[in-house]
Amino acid sequence: MRYVMTVSPDFAPDRIAGWYIFNTWLQRQLGEHIHLELYPDFASQREAINNDEIDLIYANPYDAAMLVREKGFTAIATPGNISDEAIIAVAAASPIQRVEDLRPGTRIAATDDPDVNLISMIMLEPADLSIQNVEIQTVDTYVLVAKRLLQGKADAGFFLKEAFAGLSGMIQRQLRQLVHSEIYVIRHVLLAGPRLQGHLNDLQELLPAMPADAKGKGVLASMGLQRWELQDQEDTEFMIDLMDTLVD
Amino acid sequence: MLRVQDQERFAMDDMRSENVQEPYTRHLLHYYDGTSRYVLIKDEEVPFPEGKLIVSRTDMQGVITHCNQAFVDMSGYAEEELIGQPHYILRHPDMPKAAFKDAWETVAQGIKWHGYVKNLRKDGRYYWVYATIILNVRNGQPISCTSVRRKPSRSQVDACIKLYAQMKQEEEQSHALCNDR
Ligand SMILES: Cc1cc2nc3c(=O)[nH]c(=O)nc-3n(C[C@H](O)[C@H](O)[C@H](O)COP(=O)(O)O)c2cc1C
Repeated sequence: MRYVMTVSPDFAPDRIAGWYIFNTWLQRQLGEHIHLELYPDFASQREAINNDEIDLIYANPYDAAMLVREKGFTAIATPGNISDEAIIAVAAASPIQRVEDLRPGTRIAATDDPDVNLISMIMLEPADLSIQNVEIQTVDTYVLVAKRLLQGKADAGFFLKEAFAGLSGMIQRQLRQLVHSEIYVIRHVLLAGPRLQGHLNDLQELLPAMPADAKGKGVLASMGLQRWELQDQEDTEFMIDLMDTLVD
Repeated sequence: MLRVQDQERFAMDDMRSENVQEPYTRHLLHYYDGTSRYVLIKDEEVPFPEGKLIVSRTDMQGVITHCNQAFVDMSGYAEEELIGQPHYILRHPDMPKAAFKDAWETVAQGIKWHGYVKNLRKDGRYYWVYATIILNVRNGQPISCTSVRRKPSRSQVDACIKLYAQMKQEEEQSHALCNDR
């Protein structure tokens, strides 16, 4: 049996190598063939999921509902102490001081990252803004979101917190945060598909043990993670219910 | 209605004056389960915490089983004081009963409910939220309810202040009529 693993397309670009290293390590541990397939965007990844091509996925929380409730995936682990938080920023010189200063017609630069966009749109609600009365400009990367703000082509930008922190100091100094989320419980999650159910126990033993092993620790570091925390199905169901309250 | 009344009724303590700074007013609230309690009301709003979500879970009777830190902080109660209590511990006398009746009936059908809610804190002050309540279904069975609140739009809150005042007035009038019979 040859399995397919994939990673939510919002992973940091400098971590691609890390995910290949993880895949090599995992194949050796499980004694199975696993092919790592990376998709350029969420739309193409969802198509592969729909075609039942995926067995193991590091999923965006936004997609977790569909994977668990429609595709029979099981939660295995979340990355320890990393939650998905969003930042809405403007150019440092912008007259906008708070979210409530934004008006209908606001031009927003964003990526296609679904949970960041969801959380960010919620943080715009106090200004009576919704997808119906703002102009969204979708770009490929968070650096391009920042660029549009600096060029004055967008009034506000949506960022993943880590991506904002990863911008160069020079760019960050020309931006200003209006609001940042502190939700804590929305996290990426590693999910196993129906064909991998026979290896669930192995995965649940192997992943949390990684930091205790020199090799495993190095693999985690290459992905930018400190550890895997086991996530039981109810924790995942809870996160899905929570996401469900946030989407219309 | 999904909520069945418990055999054993909760008799919640009245709100205590040492927790509430003067000036305040005193109101008697009657709850769905037949119990009632005196609450102390201060006309002072506490702003919704920026960027946070206020989350709680209840069992099928509306008894709080889980809540997050933002919930604890905004309610003014300690977590131990909240868990095991009915969610009406936060009910503000300015809220019309019809709003919650609609919420319970909607959620019982498995439909998501959204609404603006004015909540009462332990210290008598209040906070406005935009709340969503859903039914948690596991293996086809409803097992609990989750509510997530976010920062509301001021213009919507202003509209609700007017609407709820009108609804309350109607509720009080029909209540008076019933009692006359
Ligand atoms: C998940 C959930 C969350 C609730 N949250 C609140 C709340 O924040 N404030 C509130 O007054 N009622 C809340 N309610 C409704 C209460 O259970 C109750 O119906 C309401 O306070 C009115 O009291 P009554 O039903 O005794 O008339 C919630 C109910 C559920 C199921």
